[in-house]
Amino acid sequence: MAHIDFDRVTKRFGDVEAVSDLSLHVDDGDFLVLLGPSGCGKSTLLRMLAGLDEPTEGVIEIAGEPVNNVEPKDRDIAMVFQSYALYPHKTVRANIEFPLRPRKVPKDERRKMAEEAADQLGLTDLLERKPGQLSGGQRQRVALARAIVRRPVAFLMDEPLSNLDAKLRTQTRAELVELQRRLGTTFVYVTHDQVEAMTMAKRVAVMKEGVLQQVGPPTEVYDKPANLFVARFIGNPPMNTLPGAAEGGTITVAGGNIPAPARSAALPKEVVVGVRPERLTVGSPDGPGFRVKLRVVESLGHEQLLVCDAEDGTAIVARLDPDEVAPAEGSTVTLMADAGHLHLFDPTTTERID
Amino acid sequence: MQGTPAFDTGGEEAGFGRKKLREIPLALLLLAPSLLIYSVFVFYPMGRTIWLGFYREDPFGGRVYAGFEQYADVLSSSDFRHSLWVTLLFAMITVGFGLVFGVTLATLAHQRIKGVTVFRTIFSSTVATSVAVASLIWLVLFQPSIGIVNQFLKSIGREPVQWLLDSSTALFAVAATTVWQNLGITFIILIAGLQGIPDDLYESARVDGASSWLQFREITLPMLSPTLLFVSVILTINAFQSFGQIDLLTQGGPSDSTNVIVYSIYQEAFQNRNAGVASAQAVILFIIVLTLSLVQFTFFERRVHYAGGES
Amino acid sequence: MTEVLAADRGAPPVPPSVKGAAWRKAGRYLALSVAAFIVLFPIYSAVVVAIQPAQALLKWPGILIPTDFDFGTFGEAFNQGHLGRFLRNSLIQSSLTTVAQVTTSVLAAYAFAFLRFPGKRWVFYAFLATLMVPTEVIIVAQFQIVSDLGWLNSYAGLVVPFVAWTFGTFMIRQSFLNVPGDLRDATALDGYGHAGFMWHVAIPLARPAIAGLSVFSFLYAWNQYLWPLLVADDPNVRTIQIGLKSLNSANVDELNLVMAGTIIAALPIALVLIVFQRHLVRGLTAGAVKG
Repeated sequence: MAHIDFDRVTKRFGDVEAVSDLSLHVDDGDFLVLLGPSGCGKSTLLRMLAGLDEPTEGVIEIAGEPVNNVEPKDRDIAMVFQSYALYPHKTVRANIEFPLRPRKVPKDERRKMAEEAADQLGLTDLLERKPGQLSGGQRQRVALARAIVRRPVAFLMDEPLSNLDAKLRTQTRAELVELQRRLGTTFVYVTHDQVEAMTMAKRVAVMKEGVLQQVGPPTEVYDKPANLFVARFIGNPPMNTLPGAAEGGTITVAGGNIPAPARSAALPKEVVVGVRPERLTVGSPDGPGFRVKLRVVESLGHEQLLVCDAEDGTAIVARLDPDEVAPAEGSTVTLMADAGHLHLFDPTTTERID
Repeated sequence: MQGTPAFDTGGEEAGFGRKKLREIPLALLLLAPSLLIYSVFVFYPMGRTIWLGFYREDPFGGRVYAGFEQYADVLSSSDFRHSLWVTLLFAMITVGFGLVFGVTLATLAHQRIKGVTVFRTIFSSTVATSVAVASLIWLVLFQPSIGIVNQFLKSIGREPVQWLLDSSTALFAVAATTVWQNLGITFIILIAGLQGIPDDLYESARVDGASSWLQFREITLPMLSPTLLFVSVILTINAFQSFGQIDLLTQGGPSDSTNVIVYSIYQEAFQNRNAGVASAQAVILFIIVLTLSLVQFTFFERRVHYAGGES
Repeated sequence: MTEVLAADRGAPPVPPSVKGAAWRKAGRYLALSVAAFIVLFPIYSAVVVAIQPAQALLKWPGILIPTDFDFGTFGEAFNQGHLGRFLRNSLIQSSLTTVAQVTTSVLAAYAFAFLRFPGKRWVFYAFLATLMVPTEVIIVAQFQIVSDLGWLNSYAGLVVPFVAWTFGTFMIRQSFLNVPGDLRDATALDGYGHAGFMWHVAIPLARPAIAGLSVFSFLYAWNQYLWPLLVADDPNVRTIQIGLKSLNSANVDELNLVMAGTIIAALPIALVLIVFQRHLVRGLTAGAVKG
């Protein structure tokens, strides 16, 4: 069990800065998900934590000890790779036992520990097979077993679910969460899939182009995104973001007016208004709200999406329950949301205005 | 994203040993055996050969500096020029026939008919023969009185030929031996090349009504050309380095008609004890082989059609 | 060779019921048979000569079709030509060469594939350079060196100059390069350094290439002619190829004896190839095929 600290970590490959001045604390027993699009530096950060790459600047600490100069094998961590990285020429049993050999674990104990780990993941019947004879899901569990068997202080996972089909992914997500709760070990998990992040994480760390955007529990990241990037990245369909002009107590936006929500300081002249599709309701035609033209109603069975265009052409999506009556396609509609569900961002800094 | 760069590039190292310098001792350990052997038995001898070429053996067993004069002498000597010519002729015959027979065999065996595997095994069988084995077998075939070749000639009313003892035929006889011995490896490489040609090219040609010969000329040959180039370079180098068959069949004769360069070097160095002259000849051989390989590559490279390019 | 010999990619299938298809098929078999006959004839001839007494060869058609049999030629060739000793010598020489070549190749290939060190590019070029220098060119100097080292007529002299092998090194390097990068990372995390990775992962995964190269190396060493001729004339180390030469010189007119000896000399390597042909081709192509 260990907490992890990234202290102003930077990683440069030649001229490119993959990770910039990143500081992050991971509690002992936390399930931290590093979330972000391809190339945002999350995998690089994970590799530095594993010891597979060295930070150009900054310090990484595991359990309070700096590990910058510590070899991967001495860091007492285990990693599950996207490709699982199983040894194709060894049996499942040999794969699981492999990390125990250099640690001078005697043969009998190795066998026992491997069988225990296999049992925990339902692999007991597959111990004598080779990876080539297993399905994707089974291979993934072997990779997990190999990681568990060492009882490390932290588990690192690099997009472990991305090679599984959708159904298996959902199932495995739950299993991984259960596993973490059961073991109580710190998990650091990398993914670009925000659904995985939202459903599995105790805390989410959103990254973009090497810079940490926001860290917090999933609900916080969802309800209080720190900037426009986080706001748009999390949530599906994404949050609607519209430019508006604030004057007096009103904001003119998307061809309509809305009362300006209360904020701690005065609003700048120009703001970006954000609102999630599920928070939008159809309001009265003359009342406050966004004046939009409804182009298409998409009925998905469990929900309806109203795809609309604002006056200036910005697209706005609103979500209705399946039973609600949707207005006619082609009609002009006013969409409204509660003040509490309106987000405001500064257009220049893209940061949230509280 | 895997985040793992490819090996062996200039990019950042992943895995062990992040620092470049840290891996020097291990690298040295792993490479030392090879590098040591190369230094002592390849690079040093190469240098020494060039150096030896500048010296002449005097009758009392010592060495006299002769400089480039020795090279000039060698190049202008009619014996050496004759050797060059013999070697060149030998190469042309063996490479030419080798390619033709190789392609023929490969084409014949490249069919989806029952039992073709047996034929393929037969065609590649000469791979198992060494130079000595092949040469002795053909020595018997060419035996002037009872060898099968001459007996066959007699049976059809022709005069027997002193294959290995007649200076006008000896080189061809030795070439025949070499071509036969090379059939195996030539066949294996060429049939692998044929198998690399995609089916659909032939299918679309058949649909267009192209005859077998046309298919061969327009599809097979162009698509096979990289392999043909490869085989021709290998056969050429092999021809210029030939020794065993000459040593067993003709010993350079009769009348030096089979005195290829390597045999000439051998004679100069180990029978005439002229290490200097032999070395000069060796250096010239080296330059020739190098040049020929380069020429073959650049000249034919342009003619060679690579899939995806223009024929 | 099995894959190459058995594959049918790109092979035009025999067209189905078209007029004259039967003739065409017969024609193909005829052509194949003629070619096979031509290729095999010298071997057939060698056998025919070896199994007959000398007199039977003098009369036609003795040289073509056996008229009398004398299998004693094999025993005679074996004893008179000391073939047993020479075969043993060749076995020792070839085995030593193969083990040494494969070892140095694997080690050097590992350095090229998995290590980073300054000057790597130059070392690579040095290896490449050795491909440009044919043995025949440096034979005189090599002989002098081996002689100075006192290695004439010894296995050291026969084997050591060839212990480093660029072709082998590059083939195994290619195999090593095909090992997924993730496996290296996983091994590092599992607690293994280079030695562990090499032994537990890299070498096992390169096994086809290593096996193929071993066969190739053995074949090449067994068939060497010029170098053993120069360096190993003493019957204690003489190889079978040179043994054949001396057999021939001693019995120039006894064709049956010489052929019998030749067949004895050719059998071991033919057997090796038959048994290991699949390894040979798979190994030689394994390095080239990715994925």
